[in-house]
Amino acid sequence: MTTKLFGARIRRSEDPRLVTGNGRYLDDLGHDAYEVAFVRSPHAHARILDIDVSEGVEVDGLVAIYTYQDLDGRMGEPLPLLIPHPTLTHGRTQHALARDEVNYVGEAVVMVVAVDRYVAEDVVGRVRVDYEPLPAVVGIDAARAAADLVHPDVPGNAAAVMVQESGDAEAAIDAAPHVLELDLSIERSASMPMEGKGVLARWDSDDESLLVHTSTQTSTSVRQAVAAKLGLPVDRVEVVTPDVGGGFGVKIVHPWPEEVLVPWAAVRLGHPVKWTEDRREHFVSSAHERAQQHHVRVGYDDEGRLHGLSVRFWHDNGAYTPYGLIVPIITSTQLLGPYKPGAYRVEFTSLYTNTVIVTPYRGAGRPQGCFVMERTMDAIADALGLDRAEVRLRNFIRPDEMPYDHGLIFQDGRPLVYDSGDFPASLDKLTKLVGWDDFEAYRAQARSEGRRVGIGLACYVEGTGVGPYEGGHVRVETDGTVVVSTGLTTQGQGHQTMLAQIVADELGVPFDRIRVTTGDTRRFKYAVGTFASRTAVMSGSAVALTARKVREKALRIAAQALEASVDDLDIVDGHVEVKGSPGATIDLGAVAVLSNPLRYAFDEAAARATQFATPADPDTPPVAPGEAPGLEGTDFYSPPRSTFANGMHAVVVETDPDTADIKILRYCVVHDCGTIINPMIVEGQVHGGVAQGVGGALYERMEYGPDGQLLNASFMDFLMPYASEVPEIEIDHLETPSPLNPLGVKGAGEAGVIPGSAAIASAIEDAEGIPIRSMPISPSELFDLRSRRSV
Amino acid sequence: MTTEALVRVAFTVNGAPYDLEVPARRLLSDALRHDLRLTGTHVGCEHGVCGACTVLVDGAPIRSCLVFAVSLEGAAITTVEGCRNAEGGMGPVQQAFQECHALQCGFCTPGFITTVTAYLEDHPAPTAAEAREAISGNLCRCTGYQNIVAAVQRAAEIKWGEGA
Repeated sequence: MTTKLFGARIRRSEDPRLVTGNGRYLDDLGHDAYEVAFVRSPHAHARILDIDVSEGVEVDGLVAIYTYQDLDGRMGEPLPLLIPHPTLTHGRTQHALARDEVNYVGEAVVMVVAVDRYVAEDVVGRVRVDYEPLPAVVGIDAARAAADLVHPDVPGNAAAVMVQESGDAEAAIDAAPHVLELDLSIERSASMPMEGKGVLARWDSDDESLLVHTSTQTSTSVRQAVAAKLGLPVDRVEVVTPDVGGGFGVKIVHPWPEEVLVPWAAVRLGHPVKWTEDRREHFVSSAHERAQQHHVRVGYDDEGRLHGLSVRFWHDNGAYTPYGLIVPIITSTQLLGPYKPGAYRVEFTSLYTNTVIVTPYRGAGRPQGCFVMERTMDAIADALGLDRAEVRLRNFIRPDEMPYDHGLIFQDGRPLVYDSGDFPASLDKLTKLVGWDDFEAYRAQARSEGRRVGIGLACYVEGTGVGPYEGGHVRVETDGTVVVSTGLTTQGQGHQTMLAQIVADELGVPFDRIRVTTGDTRRFKYAVGTFASRTAVMSGSAVALTARKVREKALRIAAQALEASVDDLDIVDGHVEVKGSPGATIDLGAVAVLSNPLRYAFDEAAARATQFATPADPDTPPVAPGEAPGLEGTDFYSPPRSTFANGMHAVVVETDPDTADIKILRYCVVHDCGTIINPMIVEGQVHGGVAQGVGGALYERMEYGPDGQLLNASFMDFLMPYASEVPEIEIDHLETPSPLNPLGVKGAGEAGVIPGSAAIASAIEDAEGIPIRSMPISPSELFDLRSRRSV
Repeated sequence: MTTEALVRVAFTVNGAPYDLEVPARRLLSDALRHDLRLTGTHVGCEHGVCGACTVLVDGAPIRSCLVFAVSLEGAAITTVEGCRNAEGGMGPVQQAFQECHALQCGFCTPGFITTVTAYLEDHPAPTAAEAREAISGNLCRCTGYQNIVAAVQRAAEIKWGEGA
């Protein structure tokens, strides 16, 4: 009997390659390619007056220097606005190379191609660009004040103003027994994968085809974008995603300037061209996220139940809006978490600043929304003298109210309807795991030792598995190997392993006979990408449906070969068996041979399928109507809307009474992502998310000077957590299956990061008795808050 | 401008001798990756902070993005490729990383593998706290480190034998 792999802690099939140095990341490819470096703007806002390359052209090893003037055809047009929205009335995108104005420090101005990166950087140092500096708009306050404009034709620096409303929130708040108002803010951070971006392009002039490798989260869409920009038939362009050293959102944006410039140069030069982003470039020319300011007005009763909630917030979208309004739309909808808000109104303004663009980073607007809602819950509990967990429980959507329609539109353009979840059960698990009810005894004991401790919690709901679709292809080779492909990409989430587990169960084949390919347009051309915690839901479901189709076909063919009824067959360990008849069996490789009627016996196995080998009905065609040769299939999964995972975190912190140092003593997680395919991988995702949550709460921020210089654009100064900063993470699971997909799964990739700032702020506030309204918080900021209180 | 002067340097990598002619400014990380095509060593920050490029020089971990290749005359260098077992399969640390799910994207992993390999030479049975400290100079953005800490302890068991 084949052991069921769905739900098992299967070791990753990716790892033997990756741990031995046999991974193939972007810069491991193309050793003979020319290499690229960019002259990037040193100004946050300036007009380009002149570009002088004369000193650069003397450098030995230079191949080409390109400026905006060289960009022909559609290369000279602005990059695409990927996700238009009717309220994005003033969307702006940059040119691949700046035309006449730069809008952030780091914007690409000149492209240098040379024999290697050292020489390319030598040339970059010799190119002279004259700028006329313009006033820089930095930070939300300056953007709102609009004394200066980022784009002269965008009044008030406002890219968009969007309102969503369910009921009459202002009236409900006014009529409520109690009203609170809060101002809450979150600063900038970034995905910051260990591998930056990178692109390698090879143009085959004989074949007139372009092969692009890029460290992306969406190869299929890069393919379309590159073909469009270069004016090539899509058919002549293929895009392959090699091993990717982390994404976390930043690599879903596309095409980056470099993603079109490198292929364009490769075609022009008739030679492979490569660009590998360095760390400083990643800081100043990739994407950031998180910066938002929020004003909350909430009406509630004596029990702490919400009657109405009104939130206004201001979102810093940076210099351009290639990814549309996705981040603030997610904040505005996912802010509601597991709660019934009563009437709800949300209004946001998306603002331009002369800083790096803002696009989704793991969590994508949810950490801010969660922070806003959870701080509000704590404030209500504090105002009424109620237990914080109890106030949350009273406002929860209850399991018998599922599916729950919030009456709003989510980021996928579909109604915000929660499909399932048991929030009271999750909270019960969490309070038990962390020992919520016993904490006062612990606090008293700590106090007697001169220590200051606090506990906090935060709850979230995460819309995962957004559409529109993903697909899968499954083929059984004649040697019994099963090759599986899906179009979306992988950045370390263990997709090969997870998808092979699904196929192994569905098809009845051993795990080690399955080979999975992701993100290679030569293998699968229709896909959306990897973001929004969607791979298990979308590609997992698509691959399962495909495997079921292939299984049916295998049984049809085997039934004929074994002279048995399909209903009497089963596939076990790669063999089709007649149930109850040991010995009546045919292996799937042989079924694959029979699936492809042949004229020529190119090997021994193939002889079985040739025209004189098998008795055949002379009156039916060898390939029956509606059938196709080969034991393979393709299918797609397209859900009506997102499926909603949820979770709750509790944190115990200790704050140093003298130094205000903040130490996390315990970090507890209850996580519900529906049915779990591989608990080891899910826990790994939670661990990594929590570490980024801790980073965002206590360490990471982008320090922009008033002139728009990013002052901490290095790992020396932008403080990502090391092992010494991340606590042990205690995890408990709840599995509430999704009714929306065939596997019952929900996404798990982003979850861990979402409630970090909210839960840690709650714990610090509990330890200190000082309202925490802004995150991240450093020891010196906490010290400052203490000082201000004591004045 | 004239072509850069090349400097000759000889060292061993994973036991194999190499005699290279490279520009004086060529970083060891680039020489390993692009001249010798040993791409297991990764470059994450180019300023010595992330640790992804860590290799062993005469057994001691160093950041290969911070040294010039030509300064390694006569050195014995070990990269992640050299941490395999004698048959070319996974060595003890590599095996432990798979068992404990101590990697996700795998980009930082070579630096952890080399660092831990050196550490275990004189730390046969680290506690969890000691294991955590041993890896606290390397950045990982995926795992949250918890499983890496477990892998350090598991690698010690494999390398030195359970109960040995």
